[in-house]
Amino acid sequence: MTVPFYVAPEQVMKDRADYARKGIARGRAMVAVRYAEGVAMVAENSSTTLRKISEIYDRIAFAGVGRYNEFDQLRVAGVRAADLKGYQYSRDDVDARSLANQYAQILGQIFTHEMKPMEVEILVAEVGQTPDGDQMFHINYDGTVFDERDYAVLGGDSATISTRFTDAAGDRLGDGFQLGDAVRAAVAALAGPERTLVPDDLEVALLVRSEARRCFKRLTDEEIAGLLAEAGAATPEPG
Amino acid sequence: MSFPFFRAEDDPGSSFPELLRRLGSAPTVVTGDVSIFGGVPHATTVVAVRYVDGVVMAGDRRATAGNLISHRAMEKVVEADRHSAVAIAGAAGPAMEMVRLFQLQLEHYEKVEGTSLSLEGKANQLSMMVRGNLPAAMSGMVVVPIFGGYDLRRKTGRLWDFDVTGGRYEEKDYVATGSGSLHAGTVIKLGYQPDLDRDAAINLVCRALWEAADADSATGGPDALRGIYPIVAEVTAAGFRRVPDSDLAQRYEAIAAAVRGSNQ
Repeated sequence: MTVPFYVAPEQVMKDRADYARKGIARGRAMVAVRYAEGVAMVAENSSTTLRKISEIYDRIAFAGVGRYNEFDQLRVAGVRAADLKGYQYSRDDVDARSLANQYAQILGQIFTHEMKPMEVEILVAEVGQTPDGDQMFHINYDGTVFDERDYAVLGGDSATISTRFTDAAGDRLGDGFQLGDAVRAAVAALAGPERTLVPDDLEVALLVRSEARRCFKRLTDEEIAGLLAEAGAATPEPG
Repeated sequence: MSFPFFRAEDDPGSSFPELLRRLGSAPTVVTGDVSIFGGVPHATTVVAVRYVDGVVMAGDRRATAGNLISHRAMEKVVEADRHSAVAIAGAAGPAMEMVRLFQLQLEHYEKVEGTSLSLEGKANQLSMMVRGNLPAAMSGMVVVPIFGGYDLRRKTGRLWDFDVTGGRYEEKDYVATGSGSLHAGTVIKLGYQPDLDRDAAINLVCRALWEAADADSATGGPDALRGIYPIVAEVTAAGFRRVPDSDLAQRYEAIAAAVRGSNQ
């Protein structure tokens, strides 16, 4: 009988984490940011049919980066969990926090028990009735959850993108951030100094606070172009 | 409630009722003799008419249990999704549950698939739900809806009615169902023209419900005293829209004046 080689648990976890991170880094990143009227999500995505950002429930959206088939499976599970809860209790009882916890459980379980971890990072965002109620949960491949306040960056190279984003946003970040400014800062951060992203390369969706029921809104290429073009007309940035 | 995360081979797809079955929480169909409770509330007359921009659907507000009025302000015409509406007649409990599940299924499909069902597909879904209610219908809790909407692909309004067994029939012009449908249907039959405009279509359904209420005790008329008017809704390319009560109040005032005039 052959005896399997002993591998330290630390090494097993590290190998899995490296594997997941490499997979995630191969895809494109995304940025989510709170603005005055809700939450804006901006992803680099050249496909017009395979989405990274989508609707989960009345005030909740989902975004994923990494392997498409894996985060799409998670997205559908989220839609099911939300619709089930709304059906069995009430629409008001569906919230992002419990959904984020369920995602964290399943990702954590797959990370430790399955052959291969999921190569994804996901975001669950909820727009509140007031800015205080806005929530963004960033969940990693291993089930760790981060509760983000003003913005979140998902995907490979997120540290660099995050720095670029805070530089571009400056002190406008927070409750009063205007939609056009927020989207332009996110696009600049995703593009970096050497590239320019056009509407065709982007997927932008919003959670609009003032909607009565379904707050999720996907922007068309024309609408995105309009927001990106505003820059020239807007007043010059302070500083 | 566990997280509904399925393996590829037993994934329920984009169907919400199927998901409920997988998880063992499908609603139980009520069967057996409910007459020992002295009858359950029943919703009565609903009508729908096609016109140039889409469809107009209307329903009175009364629900009756035997000879008693159980509700005065029931809403029998509801938005199914942005471009369709459903109107129900029959046992109120199962009917309301069916509508709730139907609305949820349309939204669930749209979110899972990333695109809406075709109008015909929606009618088909509702037909399956009506068929699923057959055991309850055998116990006297019949649900017979009307489904109507604006078909974005064909650029026209379309209407369907159903029978207890889930039979689905597309109607070209108009449809009426429920206890007052004989009278309401006759009014529409006489006043219907192929190219009705919005105003004429709304007047026609208002008059139809008026006559149904006049001749059928289970159908409620406009209740100016309490400010309760029938629900009238239009579905056009722009989506579902309820006709406001203030507008209906004026139309019923005009009908009342005409009836008063002809009796002098």
